Amino acid sequence: MSPRAAWRLEGLGFERVYDYVPGKADWFASGLPKEGRLALVPTIGDAARWEVPTCAPVEKIGVVRERVRKMGWDRCVVVNKERVVLGLLWEKELSSDSKARVEEAMRNGPATFRPNEPVGKMAKRMQDREATAVLVTTSDGRLVGLLYREDAEELAGMQT
Amino acid sequence: VPNAIFRDGVRRLVQEEGAQLVDVLPHEEYEEEHLPGAINIPLQELDREMIARLNLDAPVIVYCHDYQ
Repeated sequence: MSPRAAWRLEGLGFERVYDYVPGKADWFASGLPKEGRLALVPTIGDAARWEVPTCAPVEKIGVVRERVRKMGWDRCVVVNKERVVLGLLWEKELSSDSKARVEEAMRNGPATFRPNEPVGKMAKRMQDREATAVLVTTSDGRLVGLLYREDAEELAGMQT
Repeated sequence: VPNAIFRDGVRRLVQEEGAQLVDVLPHEEYEEEHLPGAINIPLQELDREMIARLNLDAPVIVYCHDYQ
């Protein structure tokens, strides 16, 4: 639809016309602001904890464990230099061999969700699957934060 | 020839050059959610009368839902 609109605008005399090809689905999935009725619906991007610890795949488990625990966390997200999610370290992996590299111990390719998902729907899904936390990333895989079920339930007004 | 543009380019063009965002989806979809500052001109209504709302000298960025 937008390519035809772009061509039409050029035909009507506009000289600098651009087609945002991935469209609003891409914009909202990146957690960028929106306007309209649905802008008031809480999303998982609103509830995710953005300050979640991160580490690089080449770091040593022992170093990461110390850093993560000092921050008061029990899990860590493995990202590359572009902050693209590569894996996860849960308590079990963080307790593994201190000398091992993160990439040897991490859980590979974790499931991720987009920040514009309605939080109520996600809270229900997490309850059904007994998930305690899920990762939130942009559509191109960059870390937004970690969503805890308790935070999702609270924002959705469905605490149990 | 219209240029393809992506998220970072949209943000830059809006912030630095005052690009105009045009949502070409139907009114109902626009009312639900749209990019900040976008105006709505559905594709079916895109004619000389409707584009009078736009500044001919500023860049225009059109979008719909996704790769449609």
